[in-house]
Amino acid sequence: MTSGVSSTARMHWRSFKWAAWLGWEMDSNWTEPWLFVIYSVIKPVAGAFILVLMYNIFALIGRFYDPAYFAFVYVGNAFFIFVANTLFGTFQVIQADREWYQTLRYTYISPISYYTYIVGRAASKVAVSAFAVLITLVFGALALGIRFDVSLGSIPMFLAALVLGLFCLISIGICLAGISFMTAKHTHGLAEGIPGIFYVFCGVLFPLTTLPDWARSVGRGIPITYWFDLTRRLLLPPSTIDTGLGYFNDVEILALLLASSLIFFLMSLGIFKLGEYLARRAGKIDMTTSY
Amino acid sequence: MTAASVASRIPHRLKLNLQAIVGRAYPRVVGANREPSWIFFEAILPLLGIAAYVFIYRALGDRAIAAIMTPSPGAPWGICGLQPCVDAAEQDAYHVMALANVNALIGSTVLGGAMVAFWLNVLWSMASQLYWEKEIGNLQLYMMAPMSRMSLLGGMALGGMFMTSVRAITTLVVGVAVFTVTLQLDPANAGLLLAVFFVTLTALYGMGMMLASLYLLWGREAFNLSALLEEPIFFTSGFYFPAGGFARAGALGRAVLTAATAIPATLGLDAMRQLIFPTAWGGQFWIFSPGLELEVLLVLAAVFLVLARYTLAYLEKLARREGRLTSRHQ
Repeated sequence: MTSGVSSTARMHWRSFKWAAWLGWEMDSNWTEPWLFVIYSVIKPVAGAFILVLMYNIFALIGRFYDPAYFAFVYVGNAFFIFVANTLFGTFQVIQADREWYQTLRYTYISPISYYTYIVGRAASKVAVSAFAVLITLVFGALALGIRFDVSLGSIPMFLAALVLGLFCLISIGICLAGISFMTAKHTHGLAEGIPGIFYVFCGVLFPLTTLPDWARSVGRGIPITYWFDLTRRLLLPPSTIDTGLGYFNDVEILALLLASSLIFFLMSLGIFKLGEYLARRAGKIDMTTSY
Repeated sequence: MTAASVASRIPHRLKLNLQAIVGRAYPRVVGANREPSWIFFEAILPLLGIAAYVFIYRALGDRAIAAIMTPSPGAPWGICGLQPCVDAAEQDAYHVMALANVNALIGSTVLGGAMVAFWLNVLWSMASQLYWEKEIGNLQLYMMAPMSRMSLLGGMALGGMFMTSVRAITTLVVGVAVFTVTLQLDPANAGLLLAVFFVTLTALYGMGMMLASLYLLWGREAFNLSALLEEPIFFTSGFYFPAGGFARAGALGRAVLTAATAIPATLGLDAMRQLIFPTAWGGQFWIFSPGLELEVLLVLAAVFLVLARYTLAYLEKLARREGRLTSRHQ
């Protein structure tokens, strides 16, 4: 019994390790390391600059300056790099392997856990995202005057929220990968649209209170809302912005994040298995839609 | 071969190339629409990304309007700009102006968001296409076929334009309706708006045709280059804000704006915004007049199409010489 568990664990670890190595090689070996570093930073920093310009243009037009709101938006956007990259890094595996490299059939029949393989492939994206988030935050502090307020005591909670947030993102990405088994090559629609759901409903760039009531309820059902709220509480000074979650304390928010992350993990197991089963039944597991 | 026999073959060559254009456009128009899931994935989902930017402006607008409308002991009629409002009339004027500004910003964002579909199509379905064709083994068949390679790219462009227009118009119409954007288009300018739109598309797809040949040479870097040209171009071309704002950001901002005008989307979006929201923000963020922008776009379209012709011929020769035309996964 013990040896069965240990051999299963070894199989998952092996799947994860080699998939992570493969993902890293695919992401980075197309160019020189210095170019890869620039590439990894330019995209997210340009994304942050869009918001800087949006805020500045609004401020110029309406002669209305609101540094607390700007910091709210900037930090939300910086951490959103994790969301966009981790989700894309997870669900695009199916379509990249199936449509572009046409290797899915070979990987799929090999003696690995395909679920763990996808998690491994996403790992390099998570690592690169962490670097980009750090650069974006440092740039905000040094060049844009964003004021951070972090105490040593809050760091463990920040790290716990970060781990849970990433765990939850990978779970959501696996759910989407399960759905991708059945869809045509909609990677870019998904890449743009799914993060858009979190952009809109999770209070990433604006407080939940800006949304209509029904949309706020949707946001409260998504763990990322709690992750972003807690992250801002731990990194930024207190502000007058009504986030719609003010009645929860930090520990309650962390507990909500933990509970909702576990729910999404269980959902990812079910949806992935279902997608896989339906794709096999419909003969779509290695289809190509190369129009 | 005599001049007469060459001339006699022109109708045949014309027919052949027209057939190639239609043949390459066909799968994009018909094939994509055979997957009804595009309505959700490529028209509805992108609207959510646009919605996020819309809500940023809405949240900023709500906070600005709250500052104008909330009386305090030092400002009994609220705050107008950086000073307390003088009286109720000034407060009302600022309130109305704030609403109009937010409407124009939201409308600009929806329009920019719809144009994102074209830019993504140019990057992923034009610029990268010859590279993908090589990867899946079609490129060698295209190279052996007797039609001009420009017809092939032209067909890809026409099919892509049609396919993406359907998606972009869906996004635009739903966006305008959902976010209750008030359009101020003068019917007399409708012709100019259409001209700007189509010339912008021609220039954009001409640029895509030119990039397609370059990507053919670059191999695997192509994918990463396309990914790299998303957010930075959304930023420099002002997809979610008026690009004229760069001119107010010092010498660096003006340099960015000058470079950005080489991307047809920058001037195209600016001209379309001017025509749809002519009075927005007191006109302080426009780059040039719509007429001048149309002329520059016409020049860009011609330049990109000519460059596409030459780069395709040159890089095809180079790729043949270096043996890259058929080698996959490089």
